[in-house]
Amino acid sequence: MVGQILFIIIAAFTLLMGLGTVVARNLFHAALFLVGVFFGIAALFILLEAEFLAMAQIIIYIGAIATLIVFAIMLSKGMMGREAGAYNKQWYFAGGAMIFFFGLLSWLLVKMPFAATNASVPDDAIQQIGSGFVGHYVVPFEVASVLLLVALVGAIMLARERN
Amino acid sequence: MTVPLSWYLIFATALFSLGFFAVLSRRNAVAVLMGVELMLNAVNVNLVAFWRYLTPSDLSGQIFVVFVFTVAAAEAAVGLALMISIYRTRKTINVDEINDLKL
Repeated sequence: MVGQILFIIIAAFTLLMGLGTVVARNLFHAALFLVGVFFGIAALFILLEAEFLAMAQIIIYIGAIATLIVFAIMLSKGMMGREAGAYNKQWYFAGGAMIFFFGLLSWLLVKMPFAATNASVPDDAIQQIGSGFVGHYVVPFEVASVLLLVALVGAIMLARERN
Repeated sequence: MTVPLSWYLIFATALFSLGFFAVLSRRNAVAVLMGVELMLNAVNVNLVAFWRYLTPSDLSGQIFVVFVFTVAAAEAAVGLALMISIYRTRKTINVDEINDLKL
């Protein structure tokens, strides 16, 4: 019961923040709303007993990605005037399609039976994640590190001043 | 475990729809990127909810979320660098004005 009330509060907060991200005309405000969404998602991860992911969410999304977005907004501030957050000509079509998409998918999800178990999370979950990265999932882990390196070099190459 | 699994899934669907709407309808490229971040977060909620409710003893669900984090970070870095580069040469990052590749 307490869990349900907590879920409803966190979900409503996150969705409101998400709505703010989508409708805010000022891009800086949209970025701040996005930070609220990331916090809400981290709270949901804690509710789902995935503490490691909640910490990673706060460090990576709020600490790195949100900061990066705010920097990019500030670096091109002159352009982001009053109508910077405006929608394009197809916004009403996109909105209708998304409401239809949401309705269809939630109808399907309510109809669909899932075999939920009552098993609990193992005590050494974080240790299992760690040994998964250097054991069974070592190849995707290394590929992910190469991807990050390529993204780092690519971002520097793209953003550097050419003269 | 009093919260039903479908609540999480419907919440994630709503967040995904919001993000998709931002991607389809925003003019500014940074706002489009924020929509992509919303969508990736919704997918992460789905992955963790399925892990918790269906296979809590197998940690693969959480490990996949970490890979999604990695891809999201790489995507944000490269995307924002592209936008700064485009802004320097064209003085705009409105996606409906950058249409040189369009037939």
